Amino acid sequence: MSLITTLARLEAVSTGRARPAATVRHRHLSTRPLVFVPLTTAGEAGAPLGALVGTDRDAPRLLVVPQPRDRDLRFAFLAELADVVLPYVDGFAGAVEAAERTETDPETGKRVKVEVELCADAPQLIVPSRAGIDLVRLLGRSMRFRRTAEQDPETPFPAPPRVPLLGRWLTHFGERARVPGSSLLLAMTDVLARHWATGQSTLEDQHLGALLAWIAPPEGRSGAEAAQEAELARDADGQLVCPPAGPATDPAFDNKLLAPAIERYDRARTALAAAEDGLEADARLGALTAAERDVRALVESRTRPTWDAVWRGLDLLRELPQGARVEERWTRDRWSFTGHRDRVLAGEPPQPRRDDAVTAANKLAVREREQARLEAQEALDDPLVMAGRRLAGEAFAGEVVDVVMAYSESKRPSPRPLVTVRTDDRPHLGERTRVYRTLGGKPQTAEFAGYEDGGPDAGGDDGDDGGLLIVLRIMDKMGRGKEPEEGSVPEKGDRVCFTLFEHEPRGGAKLPDPEETPWTHGGPPGEEAAVPETADPVTEEDLL
Amino acid sequence: MITEAVASPAGSDPGAAAARATDAILDDTLHGTARGVVVDSPPGAGKSTLVVRAALELAAAGRPLMVVAQTNAQVDDLVLRLAEKNPDLPVGRLHSSDTDPYDKALDALENVRTSAKAADLTGLDVVLSTAAKWAHVKGVEPWRHAIVDEAYQMRSDALLAVANLFERALFVGDPGQLDPFAIVGSEQWAGLSYDPSASAVTTLLAHNPGLPQHRLPVSWRLPASAAPLVSDAFYPYTPFRSGTGHGDRGLTLAVPPDGSGPDRVIDEAAESGWGLLELPARHTPRTDPEAVRAVATVVRRLLDRGGATTSERSPDPVPLTAGRIAVGTAHRDQAAAVRAALTELGVTDVTVDTANRLQGREYDVTVVLHPLSGRPDATAFHLETGRLCVLASRHRHACIVVCRAGVGDLLDDYPSTEPVQLGTLVKFPDGWEANHAVLAHLAEHRVRWQP
Repeated sequence: MSLITTLARLEAVSTGRARPAATVRHRHLSTRPLVFVPLTTAGEAGAPLGALVGTDRDAPRLLVVPQPRDRDLRFAFLAELADVVLPYVDGFAGAVEAAERTETDPETGKRVKVEVELCADAPQLIVPSRAGIDLVRLLGRSMRFRRTAEQDPETPFPAPPRVPLLGRWLTHFGERARVPGSSLLLAMTDVLARHWATGQSTLEDQHLGALLAWIAPPEGRSGAEAAQEAELARDADGQLVCPPAGPATDPAFDNKLLAPAIERYDRARTALAAAEDGLEADARLGALTAAERDVRALVESRTRPTWDAVWRGLDLLRELPQGARVEERWTRDRWSFTGHRDRVLAGEPPQPRRDDAVTAANKLAVREREQARLEAQEALDDPLVMAGRRLAGEAFAGEVVDVVMAYSESKRPSPRPLVTVRTDDRPHLGERTRVYRTLGGKPQTAEFAGYEDGGPDAGGDDGDDGGLLIVLRIMDKMGRGKEPEEGSVPEKGDRVCFTLFEHEPRGGAKLPDPEETPWTHGGPPGEEAAVPETADPVTEEDLL
Repeated sequence: MITEAVASPAGSDPGAAAARATDAILDDTLHGTARGVVVDSPPGAGKSTLVVRAALELAAAGRPLMVVAQTNAQVDDLVLRLAEKNPDLPVGRLHSSDTDPYDKALDALENVRTSAKAADLTGLDVVLSTAAKWAHVKGVEPWRHAIVDEAYQMRSDALLAVANLFERALFVGDPGQLDPFAIVGSEQWAGLSYDPSASAVTTLLAHNPGLPQHRLPVSWRLPASAAPLVSDAFYPYTPFRSGTGHGDRGLTLAVPPDGSGPDRVIDEAAESGWGLLELPARHTPRTDPEAVRAVATVVRRLLDRGGATTSERSPDPVPLTAGRIAVGTAHRDQAAAVRAALTELGVTDVTVDTANRLQGREYDVTVVLHPLSGRPDATAFHLETGRLCVLASRHRHACIVVCRAGVGDLLDDYPSTEPVQLGTLVKFPDGWEANHAVLAHLAEHRVRWQP
């Protein structure tokens, strides 16, 4: 935890309210996000119990599996989910704009520009908490290898038609969510915790109710109190007043309310199956419908508060203006969405169960680059984030007090002006450390040339509060002429902010193609990788 | 604890044992049939010497050789060593197109050619560069042989990017130092044999389990007082010994102590090779001002008291200068704080750096700010075995650790809670165990001090 976050959290504790950790919004928010509040069944990984899903905060669609262990009911749930999610996703696939991309020409091996489609907007899925993202991934994993009766008439448990496709999309969302700064799939707790510092631990911040209580406590109450209540308060029946955001449910709810309701549903179903004539069946069908309605009501009672909380979180986030470089990152999300749309359209097989060596290395490289980009962009977009970096010695801001023209010692001397900056920050500058500032949206590089008054510990800065005098040599972005271009060198009196970190992380080298995987990494993937994978085989232990 | 190699006859000559190991390695490299040879080297066991010697012998055998190191400083160091051993050898230094991509000292060497393009260097006996630069080399005839230096600090994905450039390779590294790391989560691939965030050697051995593996058995750097502790705490299953005996190294101080904590701990370390300056227990920010000042004071007193060292290299006392002292920390801001404190005390030229950057370097005396000092929690980062190992194995004479009391309790309060990943090789010893082993040893050389 950085020093400034520690400070913000301490302030939150003493004031009883969350402190802002950002002055702008650092994630893209769609005008029409799809909110997904899922619940799972205790004791079985990834068995859905129900969900609220939709784009209209006043009219969520309630999906429920009245008996979560019933495979048919589970498929019905997934099919219904597909009916909500896929039309939403498809709604973004049609509107495209022309864009350019550099590709390697297979014949000449040269990098050429090609005209391609880029979707004008992309879908955005929002779940309440990080565990929700894991469930999205798990659902995707459980569905994408399923075969429909149409694909394979022999398959023992055919999936409803659009379920495998939903699995591929959820997998894509889940993978994209691992890329730092991406916004295709967001967890509300993560986004809120990025923008506010609360007086509780980061683990406690994963409770959406408690987090919102810190950020926007009810009138006349402190955040700490409200958060405590959100976490622990129970009603007369021993049920949590603010149900957990899921997908796991509270054990008291499972034991006291849910289990009996599911049991009633089971009994009604057994009774219906045993009905001997139409009249009896009619009556028993009524009982079954009533039992199912009970389970649905229970699921709704636990998801609706979370649903409302997610939308409240969206309201809070929308009050913040969007950071300047958020749009650029969202464009990358649009590329990601367009790419997967094209793979689906081209009839490519679902994402493999495991990445091969080259894919894994490529993904890691992309994520590391995006992480560096995100950290730099957040600081450049937001003075409060930059303040944290300055406090950590990774940036400094100050006033230009002197500019001396100088030239490089080469045959054709280029301008290398020396700029002296007075700052109260304490950057960790070493000999010839490179520093960067933004000039017309592009980074300009300078080199640390020394301290004017002997440095941070020569006594120059204590007492007389003159700050540090840092001499920088500007290195680039001054044009080709002998004299620097107008406005490319800071002038006396200018306020400047230099960072020690690069603004645009450099890409690494291109990795070999998967079919050229070297011997150190097991050689090219074998033949088995060429045939599409099947879902996990059904075993004796598969009761469900 | 297994100590077979250490328990070998006390009289046996460490030089002979090391020579036997080196010969076996060179034999496998030059005449073996396996595509790879792996060499594990404990701290200061002559890894660089081995790399230089193997390079010279491969070049002499007429095999075009590429050398992959991890940092530019390592590459430049190897080029200089090669040129020193054989000034006539045609050597290529492939470098990046940044400004000042390599050490200017290379320009003075007659047979060293430098270039940013691999094509300019074809035909030279040995071409050296960093893994990052090699990854950009495409469309060339593969080299018949490669040497990969610091292979345990190289990430698997970096090896993936360069492995098509060579047919066979010698991988040299220290398994006890810091593992490579990724700045984003990589749990997704944990357990896969080619996990891109794992070390290059882990991936290599997972796919090629039959490769010959060797071990350098003698540390020439660590004194007899340090080798057993470092070996037991960090290399329990692959023990090594010190190349020198107990009487071979000495640290003397001309000025008598003034009775302060720093002076007492200096005396203890001069006598025994280890010293622990223990400050009162307290939770502090990372840049704990008292601990930082204590570190700086110890360094100042080391210089003021006219330290001198004797060793197998020179029986006459050599003055302990600022250049022979290093301060090691866990974090960069701690290093910056120590640097500032040292400047305030008028000390310059003492190396102050993090464990990551001290890897592979050697000093006479090191002063270490314990990674867990003053912390309320023990995270995986601070518990990492390699971090403590690097910090505790940079010295030829003595190591002084500055730490707040209570680290033992902290270790007991926070047992390691990292999730277990299926299919990953569990590293022994874990940070918890290693930290306890080192603390238990340091406790015997403890000086309590209230600043």
